[in-house]
Amino acid sequence: MTAVIEEKRRDIDFDIEDVVENIIRVYPTKVAKKRRKHIVVRDPSEPQEIEANVRTVPGIITQRGCCFAGCKGVVIGPIVDMIHIVHGPIGCSYYSWMTRRNQGVPREDGHYYLEYCFSTDMQEDNIIFGGEKKLRAAIREAYEIFKPKAISIHATCPVGLIGDDIHTVAKEMSKELGIDIVAFSCEGYRGVSQSAGHHIANNGLFEHIVGKDDIELDGYTVNCLGEYNIGGDAWEIERILDRCGIKVASTFSGNGSYTEYRRAHMANVNLVQCHRSINYMAEMMETKFGIPWIKVNFIGVKATSKSLRKLAAFFEDDALTEQIEKVIEEEERAAEEAIAPYRERLEGKTAFLFVGGSRAHHYQDLFRDLGMKTIVAGYEFAHRDDYEGRDVLPYIKVDADSRNIPELDVEPDPERFKPRKDPEKLKKLKEMGIVDTYEGMMKDMGSGTLVVDDISHFELEYLMKELKPDIVCSGIKDKYVIQKMGVPSKQLHNYDYSGPFAGYKGAVNFAKEIDMLINNPSWSFAKAPWEASPLIKGALIIE
Amino acid sequence: MLNMTPKEIFERKALRINPAKTCQPIGALYASLGIHNCLPHSHGSQGCCAYHRSHLTRHYKEPIMASTSSFTEGSSVFGGGANLRQALKTIFQVYDPEIVAVHTTCLSETIGDDLPSLIKKAREDGIIPEGKFVIHTNTPSYVGSHVTGFSNMTAAMVKYFAKKNGASKDTINVVPGYVEPSDMREIKRLVGQMGIKYILFPDTSDVLDSPQRARFSMYPKGGVKIEDLKDTGSSKITLSLGKFASEGAATLLDQMCEVPYKVLDLPIGIAATDRFIEALIEVTGKEPPESITDERGRVVDIMTDMLQYFHGKKVAVFGDPDQVISMTEFLVHLGMKPVHIVTGTPGKYFERRIKEIVKGVVDNPNVKAFGDLFLLHQWIKNEPVDLLIGNTYGKYIARAEDIPFVRFGFPILDRIGHSYFPTVGYRGAMRLLEKMLDALLDRQDRDAPDSKFELVM
Repeated sequence: MTAVIEEKRRDIDFDIEDVVENIIRVYPTKVAKKRRKHIVVRDPSEPQEIEANVRTVPGIITQRGCCFAGCKGVVIGPIVDMIHIVHGPIGCSYYSWMTRRNQGVPREDGHYYLEYCFSTDMQEDNIIFGGEKKLRAAIREAYEIFKPKAISIHATCPVGLIGDDIHTVAKEMSKELGIDIVAFSCEGYRGVSQSAGHHIANNGLFEHIVGKDDIELDGYTVNCLGEYNIGGDAWEIERILDRCGIKVASTFSGNGSYTEYRRAHMANVNLVQCHRSINYMAEMMETKFGIPWIKVNFIGVKATSKSLRKLAAFFEDDALTEQIEKVIEEEERAAEEAIAPYRERLEGKTAFLFVGGSRAHHYQDLFRDLGMKTIVAGYEFAHRDDYEGRDVLPYIKVDADSRNIPELDVEPDPERFKPRKDPEKLKKLKEMGIVDTYEGMMKDMGSGTLVVDDISHFELEYLMKELKPDIVCSGIKDKYVIQKMGVPSKQLHNYDYSGPFAGYKGAVNFAKEIDMLINNPSWSFAKAPWEASPLIKGALIIE
Repeated sequence: MLNMTPKEIFERKALRINPAKTCQPIGALYASLGIHNCLPHSHGSQGCCAYHRSHLTRHYKEPIMASTSSFTEGSSVFGGGANLRQALKTIFQVYDPEIVAVHTTCLSETIGDDLPSLIKKAREDGIIPEGKFVIHTNTPSYVGSHVTGFSNMTAAMVKYFAKKNGASKDTINVVPGYVEPSDMREIKRLVGQMGIKYILFPDTSDVLDSPQRARFSMYPKGGVKIEDLKDTGSSKITLSLGKFASEGAATLLDQMCEVPYKVLDLPIGIAATDRFIEALIEVTGKEPPESITDERGRVVDIMTDMLQYFHGKKVAVFGDPDQVISMTEFLVHLGMKPVHIVTGTPGKYFERRIKEIVKGVVDNPNVKAFGDLFLLHQWIKNEPVDLLIGNTYGKYIARAEDIPFVRFGFPILDRIGHSYFPTVGYRGAMRLLEKMLDALLDRQDRDAPDSKFELVM
């Protein structure tokens, strides 16, 4: 049955399985059958399977975006010193213009393009006669004006249909101008969600940019993979690692730099924060260059400490381990002290979490730090391995909708493959759960909680009415829907223009904001005084 | 800020940088929300719909509901007919709107999905329940801008519903243009105060400014009703406000139901509002009540009180063409000099009209339709201005060049509450005057040395 949710609503006769069945009943038969597989009532006593990464039901009101958003919007767009040209009509480029809060700073060479939006702004005649000519001209103009070090090209829906060959354009223009130009076939209709775009972006970055400059790096070095520096998260992570004596060589791709990616393969180890968006890169870098990866979670006080300890175990250096423990001790104490008063006001409250492909898991650790419980969680576009752990990878079947997303054939580099650990040691670290592995979200969720993949508007509204969470964490499209129901909503994509929420300082910021949201006086005014008290009273006075 | 923008202007033919427009479907989605009990539907891949909903939400801080056909690669090759049918089935069963208003994207337009046939078939097959409506418009993103999309969906309301049924001869139609719910509310107030019966469409007031009452309503109480849309065909006349956003619906009504029309500028600023009121007098014979004349007089009073601060100031304006045309005229009437004027929406009429408005005030104005903010910024670098007026994206230029900045138009993503106050009508003019003066005087206060820091201004 329903341990956690039952605790929340112990006064009500209530069965979570019934709630799920009631949701499903509303749908047309075929849709009901499909959606049922995307909803799991957690039962830790048995291995559970969830359906994920399959096509969206048309008309269901999904939260999902597209492949273009996953490629340009998420992975490539944050690279600060490249010009990212969107080949398509204006919308795609416009909507991905500074709307995601992947912060950055210019490096010494000055190239910095985060504030800009570049597009070929395709018109009707480009659709009819093809847009390659305009794309070439746009690249030439970008080069004339800015002299960038590198350019990316991003395809949008019509580009694939009209047959513009952006890869040939990239190759030829790269030769003409003498700079790297990389094309991404991330048409919006590819795959079933943003996820396809991540994969395509990983492939392009890996094939054309990563590992071009063999420049030795000193000391303990890591790359932060799948960390997009939303609200400055990457900088807080960097601050902590720096204190420990570990240098961040590059971040994929918050505040990311083309120059830094060219030598990213020289780092000792890759840290994977967002597994979904960057696990391809982690795997390919390990295969080609011998860099192992560690799944980390820098969201939450205890989670951050746990991640740092994984690093200590990996590097096996007593001095480093000692320094890491010292940092943990100091930072935890400061964070604990700051969080304690908020925890008093938040203890026992419940949350729903619906975020893209990783945060719905990561933030459960942070809510635990605050004494709160996550009773429903789900991803927009994660795959089964993000839910169930990487052990299921061999059993995942790629369906027809995702089959056309290319898998790169990666081999160890004959000269530059450099094992960071001997194979026996690596195997042991893997068994200890330290390298090359991810357990997924579901194992962290208690009995009777709900996991919902690709949640629809209807399901969200229904579950809110039934389970009455104290806060719902989701995105901008849901925020005001939730709040109109009188329930506070925290955006966990853009942090409501705040942050950082990562690391120790981020955890304190988060605690403060969750308290602000849940305990704000404004919610109590939602009912007018004359609505709250029975009408009959007024009538009596009048008489 | 914007450090990569050079002062030297390089003529671009292919590369768009920092656009002053976005694509058609978001305008159509917005217009659809102006129909009561309507669920907008995006026929394309789902990324468009997610972007459009997000963007409108960021502007209004309100729920924006819409569904999508969620194209996959398969449907992109074989057509999206099956997706639309599945979508309609799910929508009517789960979300129960009275009407679904379908718009398209560059994907379904490039494929060439035939929506009228698909909708007809869905009706015949019982996918669309009795008493429910599905309308559509084609909104290819590679033509025009979001304003074009708004215009197309507004015209679709006429196309699907307008009937010459002799309902009410003394009613007038008002197409308010791509303006805020607060503007629509203000237009209704003015027309109502004159005692005129009207049908305003689309109407997003009470949809996109709904109250917090601890209950979510998928279809808020606002929006033009379908029976009213039917009656538009019998009205006396259509006043369409803003040529770019509203002329399409008016001409179609004329063709279909012989309802004559008048195209007016958006009633932003004193003269454009005067022309709107005069048109109301002319077409109905009704006189405005004294309260309206008083309101107007207050605007003029503020203008004369403020004139020393506005006189001769150089201004750069960008945004959607209907808004920018009226704003430019207002600036001229305030004694200001609009020197750089840009819209991202294509259309020769814009440049012609702006040049007419600034004639005799600015000698060589920089005017461009189908322009962008990169060009505007370069113009400003070459000829600095005292005030910048435009949507949120202008804040980067304002910061880079240290220019007082007034947020105006769509979208405003970085301030909250703006959508509750009109910019149209005399009240809107008052608000704009206050905002502009605040921006200029805040700057004067900031820059003044202590010895010149004024108490009274």
